[in-house]
Amino acid sequence: MQNLQVILAAAKLAVEQAQDIKTLEQVRINYLGKSGQLTELLKQLGQIPAEQRPQFGQAVNQAKQELQSLIQNTEQSIQASQLQQKLANESIDVSLAGRGQTLGGLHPITRIRQRIEQFFTQLGFSMVDGPEIENEYYNFTALNIPEHHPARAMHDTFYFPNGLLLRTHTSPVQIRTMEQQKPPLRIITAGRTYRCDSDVRHTPMFHQVEGLWVDQGLTFANLKWLMQAFLTHIFETTVDVKFRASYFPFTEPSAEIDMTCVHCQGSGCRVCSHSGWIEVGGCGMVHPNVLAAGNIDSEEYTGFAFGMGIERIAMLRYGIDDLRVLFENDLRLLEQF
Amino acid sequence: MKFSEQWLREWVNPAVTSEQLVEQLTMAGLEVDSIEPVAGRFSGVVVGHVLAVQPHPDADRLRVCQVDVGQSDTLNIVCGASNVREGIRVPVAVIGARLGADFTIKRAKLRGIESQGMICSAQELGLAETSQGILILADEAPLGQDFREYWQLNDNAITVELTPNRGDCASVNGLAREIAALNGMLKKQLVINSVAAKHTEQLAIIIKAPEACPRYVGRLIRNVNNQVASPLWLIERLRRSGLRSINPIVDVLNYVMLELGQPMHVFDVAKLNPDIEVRFAQADETLNLLNGQTVKLSSDTLVIADQDKALALAGIMGGSEAEVTAKTQTIFLESAFFEPIAMAGKARRYGLHTDSSYRFERGVDPALTEKAVQRASELIIQITGGEPGPIFDQISSEYLPNPLTIKLRKTRIKTVLGITIPEAEVQTILTSLDMQVTPDAEAWQVQIPAHRFDIKLEIDLIEELARIYGYDKIPQQAVQGQFTAKPLTETQTDFYRLRNVLIDRGYREAITYSFVAPKLNNIFAPEQVPLELCNPISAELAVMRSHLWPGLLGVLQHNQHRQQERIRLFEIGLKFNQYDERIVQQPVIGGIVAGTRYPEQWASGKEPVDFFDVKADIEALLALTGRQQAFSFVSVEKPGLHPGQTAKIICDEQVIGYIGALHPLVAEQQNLTLPIYLFELDISIINQQVIPSYTTLSKYPSIRRDLAFLVEQNLPVADLLTKIRNEAKDIIKQVQLFDVYQGKGIPIGQKSVALGIIMQHAERTLIDEEVNQLIQKIISDLQQAFGVKLREE
Ligand SMILES: [Zn+2]
Repeated sequence: MQNLQVILAAAKLAVEQAQDIKTLEQVRINYLGKSGQLTELLKQLGQIPAEQRPQFGQAVNQAKQELQSLIQNTEQSIQASQLQQKLANESIDVSLAGRGQTLGGLHPITRIRQRIEQFFTQLGFSMVDGPEIENEYYNFTALNIPEHHPARAMHDTFYFPNGLLLRTHTSPVQIRTMEQQKPPLRIITAGRTYRCDSDVRHTPMFHQVEGLWVDQGLTFANLKWLMQAFLTHIFETTVDVKFRASYFPFTEPSAEIDMTCVHCQGSGCRVCSHSGWIEVGGCGMVHPNVLAAGNIDSEEYTGFAFGMGIERIAMLRYGIDDLRVLFENDLRLLEQF
Repeated sequence: MKFSEQWLREWVNPAVTSEQLVEQLTMAGLEVDSIEPVAGRFSGVVVGHVLAVQPHPDADRLRVCQVDVGQSDTLNIVCGASNVREGIRVPVAVIGARLGADFTIKRAKLRGIESQGMICSAQELGLAETSQGILILADEAPLGQDFREYWQLNDNAITVELTPNRGDCASVNGLAREIAALNGMLKKQLVINSVAAKHTEQLAIIIKAPEACPRYVGRLIRNVNNQVASPLWLIERLRRSGLRSINPIVDVLNYVMLELGQPMHVFDVAKLNPDIEVRFAQADETLNLLNGQTVKLSSDTLVIADQDKALALAGIMGGSEAEVTAKTQTIFLESAFFEPIAMAGKARRYGLHTDSSYRFERGVDPALTEKAVQRASELIIQITGGEPGPIFDQISSEYLPNPLTIKLRKTRIKTVLGITIPEAEVQTILTSLDMQVTPDAEAWQVQIPAHRFDIKLEIDLIEELARIYGYDKIPQQAVQGQFTAKPLTETQTDFYRLRNVLIDRGYREAITYSFVAPKLNNIFAPEQVPLELCNPISAELAVMRSHLWPGLLGVLQHNQHRQQERIRLFEIGLKFNQYDERIVQQPVIGGIVAGTRYPEQWASGKEPVDFFDVKADIEALLALTGRQQAFSFVSVEKPGLHPGQTAKIICDEQVIGYIGALHPLVAEQQNLTLPIYLFELDISIINQQVIPSYTTLSKYPSIRRDLAFLVEQNLPVADLLTKIRNEAKDIIKQVQLFDVYQGKGIPIGQKSVALGIIMQHAERTLIDEEVNQLIQKIISDLQQAFGVKLREE
């Protein structure tokens, strides 16, 4: 019995000293294995007087159980601390940047153009396109600008030797659409336009967006409503919209569209030349001659058209104060969008 | 059109401020470009009388003047101007006067003599850009009167940007008519005094082109003295309207043009050889213009000529041959109605744009032709003296514009504008615009005045109504009805989706000019004759791009020269090419990539971007079509690109794009840093997608077999893969290439290709035997087709 106590004490010490699973397993084998010391003790049961056997056997089994459970607990705690260690070793600096490509972006002109197109397509306007190299008929004549009309001279047109030209506005798309579709029609077109002019406030290429709505019963008052709704949507603030009489050969009555300056809310600043108003585009009721060029009966249908410079709207929206940077494509600009 | 507000208010004077007047004009479509005071800011300047002038004892150039300014003491003023003399009236800045913002006149000693003020020049008062000597006033100038008051300087010069339809407003008379209508007032009546002939002499006038010149009025005036100075009021009116004084006769013609809107011309009769002809130019005829330019005339240009030569470009500019000078004694005054269509575009063809051509192109009231001559005669004789002859006036009424009567339907106003304007107001507005209105039950018959060349249709009248009634009084009205958006079909891919594929892969969008430098364009399209502009903005922007690449290369250069090494840009736009006579404007998406594969970061090295990085981006775009297998990349040589690293992209046997490395020589010439990759795809192909069609998922296991081959180094692996797929399309689900290797252990001129073939049957489990048979067949077919060798592990 004394021997048992000695063995058990030694076993307990060995378990306590075990730092890893492997050592612990060796301790188990040494004491509880097939030829472990405690197992061997049981084998000596035959040499013990019969009356002491039950007591002895019970004492050894008890010692085995005690050791077993001690080993088990120790194993769990070693595993737990090893996991702890492993996780600690695996911790990373989560503040480091992610790997791979970074997100690019749209050009600011396209960005605002998309918003404009979305507004109108949600109102049921269809997006249409037209060629950029145009002929005089679509760019001028069909738009009620006959040859030698002073308005032609004002367009600073780029010409090709064969008489074709670069479209000076997106309005030719109106005629091309009316030739293809019957009213009611609602179209929006946006794209590159060209004029032979280059200074601080003009680039030889620029973008316009243009809409055309032809139906029964459309009026100038409706046009005012649509422009107000549109500009309020784009600038996400309630702007006042003012129509100023103007002249475009292809619309009548025609108006320049002025909007409350979004920089100073109308109180006057450098952007609006201290007037509180900003000119954002032109519009008007489609001229009967233009409807006729599109084979539409102006007695049955009325329509209106509107056009805007996309650069202007982008500059106002994003606070860009120099038109020319839009076409430099400097990454330092593009990365801001 | 620049004019003096004061002058306008002599014709119509509404009770509105200058600001309100400007606002009224602008809102009514006569956009005011600028409004500025007609003189500098000054005060304390009065009319003085020079009583005596004596030389300064210590300065040759200075004079000491005694000046009476209407006060008890005469002033002692030292003056440096050479034109100061006894007896003249002059503007005097007295002690305490302020000139400009920060210059005050103080008592001062000039070379020892006290000066009690300053005699002013026109320049010092902000009345002229430059001036020589002091300003000499009329003898009647009231002594001691404040100069601003005397000179009526509390006035503004207003510049109106007239739209091409409103030639009728290119005069004070015309603007007054508009202002009167806007304010519901009447303007001053135009009263013309006829100047009776003093003799019978006149020039014979032969109108050979009455269709272009339906009315011609002329008058000879003898014995003018054009050496006198123009009166100050005339010079000042012209100045406030932006015109310089030339000589009295020319000044009067300019004045009458500004007042009435009728441009006129004058000839020195001594320099011409009558008769006068109004005719079209002869071929190759030349004319020396007043501005010093010599023009070669074309036969559709109307000229005024004598028996020897052309004297003037009719309605545009006079010639120097018969120019009126100070010495001229006998003049011939011309006032005509030139047909606007005959005038249109002519001045521009000769590179000219004059006050005269501006008005004639837009239309000048044919009723003014004779009135203007009378008005000019009156003023000329008043200033230069002279004896007028009889008026020559030839009207070819068949060529004059017909007086127009337009029917304006009452219902049509509401149809177009959406509002009802009371009938009485309609009549008032139209009448105020000099129209004669006759109402009937449903409409008005409106007679259009001759000066309104822009009013031809009912809609033109409706615009006039809206304009005068006020656009701001027309309310906003929502359109009633349903607005349903028309979505794209499922087979169409929105351009923004294309953009987003690239943006999500790190690209930024660029927008470059559609015209580029011919040299850059030629790099990529030497075989193309580019579309060249007649009038480019510069030699660098002279031809339409044959590819997007020249523009993108320019952007790359801009950025690389600004220390931006890593660049990923794309652009969407048209490229322009000409095949025989056919011009093709093709929408494409193109890109340029340079620098490292990834942005500089801690987690990866600085590997340069390569062909396959960019190819993956293109494959992502192609994947939008849902039929990636339809596209193949085939090695090709393309100008400007690396001959060994360029592919054409083929779909349905059509080339739909290119991808390649920039040719190193081009990079060197353009001073660019490699690596640089370019691509371009036809959008009309990649914005079409197929609608997915579901295939039932197999319930049976798949089997993978890996194989490695030795193949010829230049065999496209894609061919190998296609061949394998085609061996058993229903069973081979995927051929996965996982290694391509060249180098140690591989014979020179060959490469090792390792791939996995994944097989699966839709309806049953594949058995080993049939898989083995298939693999054997594949191996032997590949051996036959490409001479590949199976590598044993
Ligand atoms: Zn502002």
